[in-house]
Amino acid sequence: MTVTPNVRLIGLFAVLALAIALPFFVGGYRVFQFTMVLDYAIAVFGANILTGYNGQIALGNGAFYAIGAYTVAILMNHSGLPYWATLPIAAAICFVAGFLFGLPALRLEGPYLALATFALAVATPQLLKFHGIEKWTGGVQGILLDKPDAPFAAINSDQWLYLFCLIVTVIMFVLGYNLLRGRTGRAIVAIRDHPMAASSMGIDTSLYKSLTFGVSAMFTGIAGALGALATQFVSPDSFTLFLSISFIVGVVVGGVATVSGAFFGAIFIEFVPPFADQISKAAPWAIYGVLLIFCVYAMPTGVAGLFRLLGRMIFRRQPPSSSEISPARLTP
Amino acid sequence: MQAFLHQLLSGLATGGIYASLALALVMVYQSTHHINFAQGELAMFSTYIAWTLVQAGFPYWEAFFLTLIFAFALGVFVQNVILKPVENASFFSVVMVFIGLLVIFNSVAGWIYTYTVKTFPSPFPTQAWYGGSYLSPHEVGMMGVTLVVLGLVFAFFRFTKLGLAMRAAAQNPVSSRLVGIRVGWMLALGAGLAGAIGAVAGMMAAPILYLEPNMMGGILLYALAGAVLGGIDNPWGAALGGVLVGVVENLAGAYVVGTELKLTVALCVIVGVLVFKPSGLFGRFVVTRV
Repeated sequence: MTVTPNVRLIGLFAVLALAIALPFFVGGYRVFQFTMVLDYAIAVFGANILTGYNGQIALGNGAFYAIGAYTVAILMNHSGLPYWATLPIAAAICFVAGFLFGLPALRLEGPYLALATFALAVATPQLLKFHGIEKWTGGVQGILLDKPDAPFAAINSDQWLYLFCLIVTVIMFVLGYNLLRGRTGRAIVAIRDHPMAASSMGIDTSLYKSLTFGVSAMFTGIAGALGALATQFVSPDSFTLFLSISFIVGVVVGGVATVSGAFFGAIFIEFVPPFADQISKAAPWAIYGVLLIFCVYAMPTGVAGLFRLLGRMIFRRQPPSSSEISPARLTP
Repeated sequence: MQAFLHQLLSGLATGGIYASLALALVMVYQSTHHINFAQGELAMFSTYIAWTLVQAGFPYWEAFFLTLIFAFALGVFVQNVILKPVENASFFSVVMVFIGLLVIFNSVAGWIYTYTVKTFPSPFPTQAWYGGSYLSPHEVGMMGVTLVVLGLVFAFFRFTKLGLAMRAAAQNPVSSRLVGIRVGWMLALGAGLAGAIGAVAGMMAAPILYLEPNMMGGILLYALAGAVLGGIDNPWGAALGGVLVGVVENLAGAYVVGTELKLTVALCVIVGVLVFKPSGLFGRFVVTRV
C-alpha cells in the first residue's frame, strides 16, 4: 500500500484540526511557545525556499526577520494601523529589500552570497542601533508593542494571537507550496541542480535567483512581524548573527528542500533551548552546532527525510531507492 | 592634521589584525575553495588558551608560542577530522559544517570561560620608548608582529620546498598527487598555518578589544571585507585589503559615519566590491567555459 494523495490530505487536515485545538488544552506559556513555533516555521520555510530549493546559501535571513519585526513595531506605534494591516506592508518591504540585496550578490557563483549575507547578519544589530533612525527604532532600547486583543470574548489574547499566526502560517505555506509545485518552482529547483542547463532552457537565472531571494526575505519578514507581535518587543540585540544561524539550523535539522521540515525545524529551535538551558547558558548553541554537523554527516534529509524513510519502510515493507530519499543536493 | 595622522596610523595598526585574519581565510580558500566562517572563532578560542596559560603563570612569549602550536594542531584537526567526511560533499554541506564549528567554538568558550569580559595582557611596554604620541606601544608592536608574520609566511611559501609543495597542492591537486605530494596533508598543513595566523590576530586584538566569546565576530567581518577587496584568491592582495579596510574603517568611523556604524562600512565594502569589481583589486578574473 502506498500513501495516496487522499490519505495525505486527511492526515493534513487532522494535523490542522489538532493545531486549532491546541491552545485550548495547554497553558499560557505553552501557547506562546507554540505561537513561536508557527512563527519560526514560516522563517525556516523562507530560508528553505532559498537555500534548500534554490541552492543559494544565505546566512543573513535574520536581517529580514528584523526588518519585518521593526516594520510592524514602527507602524503600530506611529501610524495607528491595526496589527493585521501591517503584515502585508512588512512583507512588501522585505520582498523589495531581499530582491535589491540579492541583485549584486547573486550575480556571482560560489561563496559570495554566503559571504555577503553573513556580513549583513553581523552588521544588523549595529545598523538598528544607529542614532539617525533612533526616533523610529528606539535605538538600543527597542520598541514595546501592544498585544493584539482577541476579537471574541470567548478566547484570551494569547490564544487569539496563536490562531492568528496559524491562519497566516496556513496562508504562507499554501502560497509557498503552490509556488514550488508550479512552473516557477521547477525553474527554482532547476537553477539549483544545473544552472547552466537551466539558463539554456530559457530561465533567466539571475532574475529568478533574485526573485527567490525576495520571496525568502518576504517569508522571513512575515515571520519577524508575527514574532514581534508575539513577544511584544523588538530590540537590536535580538537580531544577531545567531538568529540567522538558528534558521539555517532549522532548515538542516528539519530537512533541506522539504515543506514539512520547516515545522520539525521550528519545533527544534523553540523547544531545545529551554531543556538545554538547564545544563548551561551556552548549551543550546553547543547542541545546535553539534546537531548541525551531525545532520550534514549522517542525516542529510533531516527529520522530514527520516519520517519519509520510515513511512516508506512501513507502508511498502522495503527500503526506498536512494533517488527517492535525497530530494536535496546534499550528497554529490 | 595631527588627529588625521593619528586615525590613519591606528587604522594601519588594526588593519594589521584584519590582514592577518584575511590571510588565514585566503590560505584556506585557495586550497579548498571554501570560506572558513569559523576562522574567527578558532582564533578566539586559541586566545582563550593563551589567557589560560598566562593565568597559569607562563611568561607571555612562552604562552604565545604554545598557543600557536595549539592553534596549528586545532587547524589540522578541523581540516583532517571534522572536514574529512564532507571532503567531496556539496558546497552547502561544507558551509554548514563551518557554521556548526563557529557555533560550537563560540558556545564552548562561553561554557568554559563564561561570557564575562576578560583583560588580556599586552607583551609590549606601556610607556612609549619612541618620541611620537600618535600610536600606543601596543599598536606599534601589533604592526611589528603583523609584518613579521607576513614576512615569515611569504618566506615559507617562496623559499621552502614544503611551501612550494603546498602551493602546488592548492593550484593543481591532481598533478601534485601524481608527482608524489600528499595533497590531503598539504591542505591540513595550510589549515594549521591559517589557524596559527588567526591565533596571532586574536592575541594581538585581545588587549584592545578585551577577551570574550564574541570578540572575533567584528574582526572576521572586516577580514572578509579585506579578503574580498584584495581579491579572495590572492593572499597578498587580501592582506593589503585587510590593511586598507582597517584604515577606511578608522577614518570613516572618525569623520563620516561615527563609531556606531563601523560594521556597516565593512558590509558596504563587500557589497560595493561585488557590484563594481567582483574579483577584487588584485584577484584573477575567472572565465568559466560551458
